[in-house]
Amino acid sequence: MSQPLRHDEGAEASTSEALLVEPSRLSRGRRVLGVVLRSRELSIFLVLVAVVVAATARNSGFLFSADGWRNFLLNPSILLLLAVGQATVIITRNVDLSVGSVMALTAYLTGRLFIDVPGIPVVVVFAAGLAAGALLGLVNGVLVSLARVPSLVITLGTLYAYRGIMLTWAGSERINAGDLPAGFLALANRSVLTVPVLTLVALAVLAVVGYYLYTARGGRELYAIGSDPDAALLYGLGVRRRVMAAFVLSGALAGLAGVVYTARYGTVSSSVGSGFELQAVAAVVIGGVAIFGGSGTVWGAAIGAFLLVTINRALPSLGIADFWQRAVWGALILGAIVLDRVLAARQARRLVRARDVA
Amino acid sequence: MAEHPADVVPTLELRGVRKAFGPVVALRSGTLVVAPGSIHALVGENGAGKSTLVKIVAGVYRRDGGELLLDGRPVDFGSTAESKAHGVAVIYQEPTLFPDLSVTENIFMGRHPLGALRRIDRAAMYAEAARLFERLGVRIDPRRKAEGLSIADQQIIEIAKAISLDARLLIMDEPTAALSGVEVERLFAVARSLRDEGRALVFISHRFDEVFALCDTVTVMRDGEYVATHPTASTSVDRIVAAMVGRDVAELFPKTPAALGDPVLEVQGLTSAGVFQDVSFTVRAGEIVGLAGLVGAGRSEIARAVFGVDRYDAGSVRLAGKPVPPGSPRAAIEAGMAFVPEDRRRQGLVIDASVSRNVAGVIRGSLARLGLLTARAENAAAAPWASRLEVKTGALDMHATTMSGGNQQKVVIAKWLATEPRLLIIDEPTRGIDVGTKAEVHRLLSELAGRGIAILMISSELPEVLGMADRVLVVAEGRITADLAREEATPEAVMLAATQHPGHHAAGLQGHRPSDVAPTEAAS
Repeated sequence: MSQPLRHDEGAEASTSEALLVEPSRLSRGRRVLGVVLRSRELSIFLVLVAVVVAATARNSGFLFSADGWRNFLLNPSILLLLAVGQATVIITRNVDLSVGSVMALTAYLTGRLFIDVPGIPVVVVFAAGLAAGALLGLVNGVLVSLARVPSLVITLGTLYAYRGIMLTWAGSERINAGDLPAGFLALANRSVLTVPVLTLVALAVLAVVGYYLYTARGGRELYAIGSDPDAALLYGLGVRRRVMAAFVLSGALAGLAGVVYTARYGTVSSSVGSGFELQAVAAVVIGGVAIFGGSGTVWGAAIGAFLLVTINRALPSLGIADFWQRAVWGALILGAIVLDRVLAARQARRLVRARDVA
Repeated sequence: MAEHPADVVPTLELRGVRKAFGPVVALRSGTLVVAPGSIHALVGENGAGKSTLVKIVAGVYRRDGGELLLDGRPVDFGSTAESKAHGVAVIYQEPTLFPDLSVTENIFMGRHPLGALRRIDRAAMYAEAARLFERLGVRIDPRRKAEGLSIADQQIIEIAKAISLDARLLIMDEPTAALSGVEVERLFAVARSLRDEGRALVFISHRFDEVFALCDTVTVMRDGEYVATHPTASTSVDRIVAAMVGRDVAELFPKTPAALGDPVLEVQGLTSAGVFQDVSFTVRAGEIVGLAGLVGAGRSEIARAVFGVDRYDAGSVRLAGKPVPPGSPRAAIEAGMAFVPEDRRRQGLVIDASVSRNVAGVIRGSLARLGLLTARAENAAAAPWASRLEVKTGALDMHATTMSGGNQQKVVIAKWLATEPRLLIIDEPTRGIDVGTKAEVHRLLSELAGRGIAILMISSELPEVLGMADRVLVVAEGRITADLAREEATPEAVMLAATQHPGHHAAGLQGHRPSDVAPTEAAS
């Protein structure tokens, strides 16, 4: 540090130690910079940039073509919606494995509405998708918070149950682009300042949820619940209510993702969304949300979603065989978890040392 | 209510409050009257019902009966949020913090200061936290995470939280157990200033010097019942100790004298930084050594280190003369140790498995044929043990979860006896067991000692320790502060040794220090 310190004692202490045991003497700007530099979001963002740069160097059309740019922004928007909901649930030390099935149900519901109610406004369809998803999420939330069974088991059950409902309902039918109004399908091609509208929807959701989690009491309580559920009860926080709300949000966003899916791809088959729940969990974990809750941000989860989808698109153009794409995902997840452990262990050692010094 | 003037409405009043957990009655008749502007001490042995009483006032538990009044109005709290809303703040024995969140958020969780549009006003929150820390005289960065704070600092955060609540009633359940002398002084200064503002404080502590230094009134509890209330000015440490332990060691304990053999367990200079220091003792064949002390003194930690569950920094453990490698329960079992942990439901039993599977679990290696384990082989191995211990379970394939606490404990003991141990370490052998079955567990321990097994027994129940042990080691704050032979081990001697604190404040109790007994000679 170049500028002179006001306090005489401890003047030699390095900035990191000073942060640990004493009030920080850093200026606001430096403190924020330090937080950003050490954040997981930044490191994963840099990985994303590296992937994009590498793929674009190989084939400039990856980013610098109308199609490439659109795919880069549009493709991750569905996973992004799921990851934002999933991150909110995982922050409370729960998990929602049913989002893929919820998405399939509302994707089919979207097609059904356009077929059965000719002329229905697109806005109403979006609202219906959100509402249906929220209802399915509420079922998850009620079961988790009242039955006191781990959410892993509950949502594994509803994963199959919801998929079963969708299969029974759809039978052998599938929704094709011909069933959908042109105005709805055009959403996938509409853009504002080259940014696809559907991506803007996803980013708006991300912004609202991210803002809520950071600045609202309810959002902070979700972190507290995930950090230590027993302590949260002693604090008198409404643990059940909050956990239920997290599941409703996750369901609603999965419902929205179902509508977006139909708009983007124009067809709905019975296998829509299979495996998406695990992709969402992967995006969240890679994005730095602790799997046992209490820390991480939806921003990280969103970058994680972008990274997963972009890597999938980049690997073929980098000349890497199909088989290895899954392996790369696996390596990313393992890498993220190992990194977490290493960082946590290093932090713990540092804290113990700082305590012994103090 | 002769000691209170009639015109002052007590801030807190409990009359005959009762609470039971299943068959175990934790609080028989809790009575406590705390006047505004007073600091009231609540003392009693482990298990006297103090913490249960606190949790009822805090809204963690709901009482089964009795009256609870706050400022003269009857209240009934269904949750901690309700008690908070009524101005009750509690500092629990164990800090309850969110490790992933900043210390400031830990203080304000659930009631963050809000700015425009109901968004959290972080600047105001950090400034308020900094003010609180200044008042408490500590230097903690309001932005740092709670993770990695020392217990003392965690306790400071709890205190800051309670102060910021602006509570009318502040209950502190052993807040000083982890604090150093300076920190205790600072806490007391804050407590006194709160008292002078007219708030009521309840202070639970085992340190009598602190009770007398800080409190104006003291209430003694014993076995879940109210015993007496005195102004501290007109009572003494001796009188309070007598009131705390005042009962005879019942004839519940069928201890039969056993011939003592050679030393089985020899522990030398065992140290684990911050947990226990320089612990040395021996246990002989056929001897029951009781490890007494207050909750949190480090008794269980010592036992876990001896058995190899936890690692230690220095010292040695020898069993029958041979050194036992540290940090390996497997090696400890092979050397001939058996360990019945405190929380048998979580650590000692496969609760959803059959009795025979549990009993046979630890000797699986020797039971397996061609690597396969059959239910028949398990039953064959379990049957003799279960019958010898009179485990009352209809059949060996009955699930452990459906049995009573006493029978569960016997299954755990049976499980270890199948390994034919030389040393049995047993932590809280009769916790949560009804009175009748307690005696059976005690008879069993006595019988095992008679067969030449060395037993190290940890117990928070003083009568149990005094009734069963040939020798009592008293642990206080991680050190052995007394080694008492059976004849010397009176309740008063053990309580006094358990409440001295070797680190700091030692001067306050020097006059009561029990006669020093050379650790190794006492056994003979």
